[in-house]
Amino acid sequence: MGEIKTYTISIFTENHVGLLNRITIIFTKRRLNIESLNTSESEIKGIHRFTIVVNVSEETVIKLVKQIEKQIEVVRAFYHIDEETVFQEIALYKVHTNTIVNGIKVESLIRDNHARILAIENDFIIIEKTGRKEETNDLLKKLEPYGIMEFVRSGRVSVTKPLEHMGSLLKIK
Amino acid sequence: MGAPSTLESTKTNTSIELSGAEAVIKSLIHEDVDLLFGYPGGAIMPVYDALYNYQNELKHILTRHEQGAIHAAQGYARASGKAGVVIATSGPGATNLITGIADAQIDSTPLVCITGQVISQLLGTDGFQETDVIGISMPVTKWNYQVTSAEEIPEAIAKAFYIARSGRPGPVLIDITKDAQFAQLNFDYKKCESIRSYEPIPTTDQNSLKKAAELVNNSKKPFMIFGQGVILSGAEKELNQVVEKTGIPAASTVLGLSALPTTHPQYVGMVGMHGNYGPNLLTNECDVLIAVGMRFDDRVTGDLKRYCKQAKIIHIEVDPSEINKNVRCDIPLLGDAKEVLQSLLPLVNSNTHPDWIDEFEKCEKIEFEKIVQKEFFPKSDQISMGEVLNKINNITKGDSIVVTDVGQHQMISCRYAQYNYSRSSITSGGLGTMGFCLPAAIGAKLAQPLRQVIAIVGDGGFQMTLQELGTIKQFGIDIKIIILNNEFLGMVRQWQELFFEKRYAHTEMQNPDFIAISKGYGLESKKVSKRDELNNALEEMLSFDGSYLLEVKVGKEDNVFPMVATGASVSEVRLE
Ligand SMILES: Cc1ncc(C[n+]2csc(CCOP(=O)(O)OP(=O)(O)O)c2C)c(N)n1
Repeated sequence: MGEIKTYTISIFTENHVGLLNRITIIFTKRRLNIESLNTSESEIKGIHRFTIVVNVSEETVIKLVKQIEKQIEVVRAFYHIDEETVFQEIALYKVHTNTIVNGIKVESLIRDNHARILAIENDFIIIEKTGRKEETNDLLKKLEPYGIMEFVRSGRVSVTKPLEHMGSLLKIK
Repeated sequence: MGAPSTLESTKTNTSIELSGAEAVIKSLIHEDVDLLFGYPGGAIMPVYDALYNYQNELKHILTRHEQGAIHAAQGYARASGKAGVVIATSGPGATNLITGIADAQIDSTPLVCITGQVISQLLGTDGFQETDVIGISMPVTKWNYQVTSAEEIPEAIAKAFYIARSGRPGPVLIDITKDAQFAQLNFDYKKCESIRSYEPIPTTDQNSLKKAAELVNNSKKPFMIFGQGVILSGAEKELNQVVEKTGIPAASTVLGLSALPTTHPQYVGMVGMHGNYGPNLLTNECDVLIAVGMRFDDRVTGDLKRYCKQAKIIHIEVDPSEINKNVRCDIPLLGDAKEVLQSLLPLVNSNTHPDWIDEFEKCEKIEFEKIVQKEFFPKSDQISMGEVLNKINNITKGDSIVVTDVGQHQMISCRYAQYNYSRSSITSGGLGTMGFCLPAAIGAKLAQPLRQVIAIVGDGGFQMTLQELGTIKQFGIDIKIIILNNEFLGMVRQWQELFFEKRYAHTEMQNPDFIAISKGYGLESKKVSKRDELNNALEEMLSFDGSYLLEVKVGKEDNVFPMVATGASVSEVRLE
């Protein structure tokens, strides 16, 4: 079956209600977990971009991409391994304000981990960290002793490294 | 603009004002539809009301169940090559279509289904007869779309027909809310000719063509398996030319049947679970396999780990996702089968392979002695299914369209029926939908009114859609129905016998009086159980002017062989 790796699938689509469902069905039908999923506009007007992360073999990711491309409203789909892309996720951590006030440690934690304080309220503060999953997880562990009220991490967003950007491969007339 | 439609003259630049419902009808007429199948109900009533004014242009066949309507549309599409059209109401009407849609999806049948939907303000409120038919049908449609305003109707329908027919065909569904059917719009119809995100026919790589031809030219034991892709692309002539020029033996999948006449000297039979002995066995002996418009279904390949490992594989296919899906392929030839075969023809050498063909003939002899002979000329008093097919062949000489249901009788029909013309075998292949036969035969006959249509059905499957006898009677559709009655769900019983120690759990059936049923529907009928009555009964039925139901009592516990059991390799094809 081949080695299981993390693949980022980038899908360029016409914006159409229901397409998300059509795409996720391709995964669920094969009992494959979507590790993360993000949708946004792309650099091309009217074209949306889905970014899906899966842990599968290359053989499987090729089949997935072909099934995705088969959908009428999908313009193109590509897959890449981590080394071929630059990618980030954003994580938000909500902690009690007193942890900040009382412990200088937390402040240095934030600084050393290239995180930042996004908002300060009377009772809590919100810390933001952008990075790879291991990095945001790492900060999560370090903050845990101080008590975390809420934690959330976004899906991956990614761009490819080669200069020729994917939009130019779309064949959109 | 596309080809001029019959209503070209009414299509002016100054659009006309119509209701959404009438726009549905006009759109269908613009797509050259003259026949549709359906069943009315609340949410589609405006469309039915609009149909009332167009009875000369658009013939509507009222089936007795929405499943009947969709299978009839499938039969129509398969026999005609056009898209089948179905209309149904929301909720239960729409959900009753799903089996047929799934069947059409897996068998690549072009269908346009139009369902009514509750008014748009009620969407998401669990309104009366509201179901999320878009959600339900999504995994089994090539494309689907919900229309909530009248202005969208012409474009949605134009797209629907384009998508259903182009590339690898398939079913599409348009769900139209009732308020959109009532609302007015300025109607102006433009046929859809392309969609920027959709490439129906991929381009063929010229280099791969050359490499493929080289492989074929250097091959000692080339073998071809063709599927329905040949029929769908209208590539029968090109297939014939390539086969004859190269001297390659060619076998069919279940769905490819009739693409090459069964009498063709290089036609070696059918592959698959109940296919012929030679083609299955020798799949693992060839050195080059050319697969044309087929998708290596597991019922064709048996155990993939032991499937055709010795050969180089050339795969001619319109759908890129089929390449390397199940079987690794050495040379993919993407494109339309007709065009690819056309381009291949001048590149391949004239050749013959007498020794290799001889191997197929040897296998055929073995199969004849061990199986066919016993089935055509049984020693027991019981009539066998194969015997019935043999007698039908003797009478029709392969000129009829044969529609089957699913089970033993299906495999026997596919094994033995003779076909002179393409689009003569209509059967539910990928989904194996019992109940398909009777309504599909209705569609086939309406598509090909001048050809004889024979429906071969089991006693089990007949009872899944027998209410369509009412449709046959009402519309005077001439179909010859043969029930091969073994009083069992035969194919399941066969598996119970072979793989479940004869534990016949719930497969024996107490059947109704089929003759009384057909009388009830006002149809001519007869029952035979003795061999000496069979031939006359068949002749009488086949020469009868109008529909006729013939019930033939066959051996209760006969089995279909050869068989490649699930998990077995094609080389392990069993003769008993
Ligand atoms: C809708 C549906 N339900 C169940 C099956 C499973 N199945 C496959 S063949 C078969 C038996 C068919 O019996 P019958 O129609 O009498 O035909 P026979 O095999 O006896 O020729 C069954 C139940 C099916 N294919 N389709």
